[in-house]
Amino acid sequence: MKVLIFVEQRDGKIKSSAFEALTVGARLAGSAGDAAAVLIGADTAALVNQLAGYGVDKVYTVSGPDFALYNAMGWAAGVEAAIKDFAPQVLVGVASPMGRDFFPRLAARMDAALLTDVIAVEWKDGALHGTKPMYAGKCRAHLVSQNCNLHMVTIRPNVMPAQKTGSGSAATTALQVVGTSAQSKTVEIRKGKSEKADLTEASLIISGGRAMANAENFKILHECADVIGATVGASRAAVDSGYATHDMQVGQTGKTVNPNLYIACGISGSIQHMAGMRTSKVIVAVNTDKDAPIFTIANYGIVGDLFQVVPLLTKKLKELVGH
Amino acid sequence: MKIVVLLKQTPDTETKIKIDASGSAIDHADTKYIINPYDEFAIEEALQTKEKAGGTPEVVVMSFGDEKARELIIKGLAMGGDRGVLISNTGLESADSLTVAKVLAAAIKSEGASLVLCGRQAIDDDNMHVGTMAAELLGWPHVNVVTKLTLTGEKAHVEREVEGGKVEVYDVNLPAVIGAHKSLNTPRYASLPGIMKAKKKPFDAKTPGDYSINASEIKSKIKVSVKSYEYPPAKPAGRLFQGEELEVMADKVVQLLRQEAKVL
Repeated sequence: MKVLIFVEQRDGKIKSSAFEALTVGARLAGSAGDAAAVLIGADTAALVNQLAGYGVDKVYTVSGPDFALYNAMGWAAGVEAAIKDFAPQVLVGVASPMGRDFFPRLAARMDAALLTDVIAVEWKDGALHGTKPMYAGKCRAHLVSQNCNLHMVTIRPNVMPAQKTGSGSAATTALQVVGTSAQSKTVEIRKGKSEKADLTEASLIISGGRAMANAENFKILHECADVIGATVGASRAAVDSGYATHDMQVGQTGKTVNPNLYIACGISGSIQHMAGMRTSKVIVAVNTDKDAPIFTIANYGIVGDLFQVVPLLTKKLKELVGH
Repeated sequence: MKIVVLLKQTPDTETKIKIDASGSAIDHADTKYIINPYDEFAIEEALQTKEKAGGTPEVVVMSFGDEKARELIIKGLAMGGDRGVLISNTGLESADSLTVAKVLAAAIKSEGASLVLCGRQAIDDDNMHVGTMAAELLGWPHVNVVTKLTLTGEKAHVEREVEGGKVEVYDVNLPAVIGAHKSLNTPRYASLPGIMKAKKKPFDAKTPGDYSINASEIKSKIKVSVKSYEYPPAKPAGRLFQGEELEVMADKVVQLLRQEAKVL
């Protein structure tokens, strides 16, 4: 079965989750001859070699000044050109802000099925079978694609590990695509304030809740986060109270996160917060209330005042990592 | 100028999701429905856009759903929307995103709207599909997860939030679909006179057929179906430390994170 994988890059760097998509795509295809990748960007030449060993025989590149800045119209046109040439049955991408932005556009254009943000996916009896968390993770749906020639899927980052299967390199096919449109122009992409990983991609997260009491107190979370390279998050209560910005919000109306370690400080554990972080591999909770719901899903809980416990955790983590 | 706001009924965020005995449906008997939280930002943006334009644009609050959506559309009218449109989903309850987008695109076209505002995603299926798919079907540009929208004539200057706090800045031509994010504005509460007036505002009850869409035909083309639901696996019971010296407990947990959980 022919599978095309969209390999996402930003700023000339391939996203680590794109290698997870490649691994899934190669597995679904079954053999390297049936798997191809498509790379889009101003200059993709330096990136092609990085795909070697991930089970694709062919890499389509869509390059040039039109593709310096991400735009859904341009990216949809680029992947569409690769679909027309390769004629895949399945298109795999990542449920990143970029993938979630232009895959729906492409699905509507190709009259394709689209499964979004799956944590497991199989090809069986001519259909994609995907498992997708819904209601921010309160339940999971088993989805099946049907009635289409192209089956599209985006995978949730940090769930299905990337794996090199060999060392073979791939042949490159450059596609000529017009990436600009009069209707939509990306003017600029402003850098974020933080160099830290986004919450949705972070492997370590430390979050604060209403008990943080004010914005300044988040400093103690940042100090702890800096020791282990974690990203700082917040509960909706903390965001609604103005202690943290909304891009830090974890939960049903914020971000769904999936780190290796999630440290919840002064978060009681509302149903909508726990929905957004319960798939974290290990959860640590710090709370003064021993009956707080967050302790029901925590691997390790400490009953105590976060203002005393967090600095102690920071100190012990410093000793552990040795700086 | 006409603005269409797309609205979806979603279970309240505090709802406990219950899978029914068959395992293939969610039991919504006890569910309390709210306007999808992100859609409230879309309504507010439409009302502010109308106010900035001197009150001339008509704000149409539209939903594809069942009778429960009526009450939520009326809430949108109480906030300040001018007219409600409820497109019945009878027979299309199991529609996937593309099917819903096809119905809404036809309705938007029939309205002759020049701006469509919707929430960035619905908090039930978390797909983030319908607004963008409708834009594609209409041949319009879209920008989703929008934190800032400035309209000048037939052009929109738009900021979209992506990962790591990065912001993508767009210039798009109208007509366009804009998906609202949380920080776009602060939704207003409906005033008492607003609530009184809402019930008397024009309200169109429609079916897909009114937009020349054959419901049974698009039903036969649904591309994604749900076979079953399950709960996420239960977490094994954790260890709770209490009553000891705080420093001792902190040390124990940090050691366990390295030696037992192996995450550090």
